[in-house]
Amino acid sequence: MNGAADMGGMHGFGPVEPEPNEPVFHADWEKKAFALNLATGVAGLWNLDAFRFARESLPPPQYLNTSYYGLWVVTLETMMLKHGVASREELAAGHALAPLEKAPRPVTAAMLANMVRCGSPYDRPALAPAKFKVGDTVRARNMHPKTHTRLPRYVRGHVGEVVRIVGCHVFPDSNASGAGEDPHWLYTVRFDGRELWGPESDPTVRVSVEAWEPYLEAT
Amino acid sequence: MGKGAERAVPTAEPAVGTRRYASLCPPYDPDPRYTLRMQQHHDHAHGSELSEMQLRVRALETILKEKGYIEPAALDELIETYETKIGPRNGARVVARAWVDAGFRQQLIADGTAAIGALGYGGRSGNHLVALENTPSVHNMVVCTLCSCYPWAVLGLPPLWYKSAPYRSRAVAEPRAVLREFGVELPAETEIRVWDSTAELRYLVIPLRPAGTEGWSEEQLAGIVTRDSMIGTGVLEPPAQGAR
Repeated sequence: MNGAADMGGMHGFGPVEPEPNEPVFHADWEKKAFALNLATGVAGLWNLDAFRFARESLPPPQYLNTSYYGLWVVTLETMMLKHGVASREELAAGHALAPLEKAPRPVTAAMLANMVRCGSPYDRPALAPAKFKVGDTVRARNMHPKTHTRLPRYVRGHVGEVVRIVGCHVFPDSNASGAGEDPHWLYTVRFDGRELWGPESDPTVRVSVEAWEPYLEAT
Repeated sequence: MGKGAERAVPTAEPAVGTRRYASLCPPYDPDPRYTLRMQQHHDHAHGSELSEMQLRVRALETILKEKGYIEPAALDELIETYETKIGPRNGARVVARAWVDAGFRQQLIADGTAAIGALGYGGRSGNHLVALENTPSVHNMVVCTLCSCYPWAVLGLPPLWYKSAPYRSRAVAEPRAVLREFGVELPAETEIRVWDSTAELRYLVIPLRPAGTEGWSEEQLAGIVTRDSMIGTGVLEPPAQGAR
């Protein structure tokens, strides 16, 4: 979707201001927001792509006016409502008001430690040969789905070169909607800066993105 | 009953979405230093957002624990892990090893995931790791324009600027200007490769080893590798005379 999260190439946000000796978290609630998000992922209530889609679906003024972990909190609330984990009344009350009919298997510290240690690989067995090879010239499709996609606006319609075949990976566009993982070949595609930003831009810049095969067409 | 009254008392639940959400939790008045839009410095997390977010997070945690989704003590160890155990020191060890061990360097370039695994790193946000080697003519720089993808396994959680709108919007369009804001001025002819992390691949930059570190031990070298140099927004300067 063309949401506020897709920021590449936007103007007006001002300078980057690194913070000296920055702490990992800036407030205790950020720690909890972080941990709750990972724990609900381990609980299997929804997948990462669905969470990302809910986050980028926030109205742009709200997205841009919310802090980073604030967005995680807002999105967590949205997902808990959507999946029936909590009601609006419960969120307002700050407590569970109705017990669950069937108790879930609770997420433990050991399960979280295992998630940190093992992660969650996104590569899957290939069902067909890769369509493109390293060195191929490809065009990022000019597409504007209102659903989740990981193809940033700033490369759409532009021509680049395949520089790496990553493997066959879970397709977020499908996974975010609950339609399954539908794995596709994933490539790293490199674009010349002038192709993206025009002839006046810095000629020494190359920009790459990871792009799934359905994002690409032969030139 | 007039139409206005009917609208005021909806009989059907609207679909869950941002409109319904907005009525539940209207946008608060955030500290402008703290938002994604401007954000950055917030030496003192300020007023309204802090207290509101404290309450909202407490509600989420309470509900999830009361319903049995999460064990009460499950979260503390996870938080401690990312505060104290997984951070840029991990990546610095990878870089230092690559500088002193040509075989490891080759393995790191060929299969980053396996190479960091040999040092005991991997897992969450490190399952698909690619190492990018800087050379005198090519400088690599990593961004996630869509949000905050970052190689947790070797660098820990990303700094605020990495997740901020200024960096995400500009790194792909004017990386030299962004680098100047980090105090980095590259030669005009250096090729700058910006890697936008749009999938589950995660990137680690191997910075150029600074002159004047010949004969240093791996441990000494790891001590001078900065987080920013492994993102590509920093370069390593030769050490001061006598420092090691």
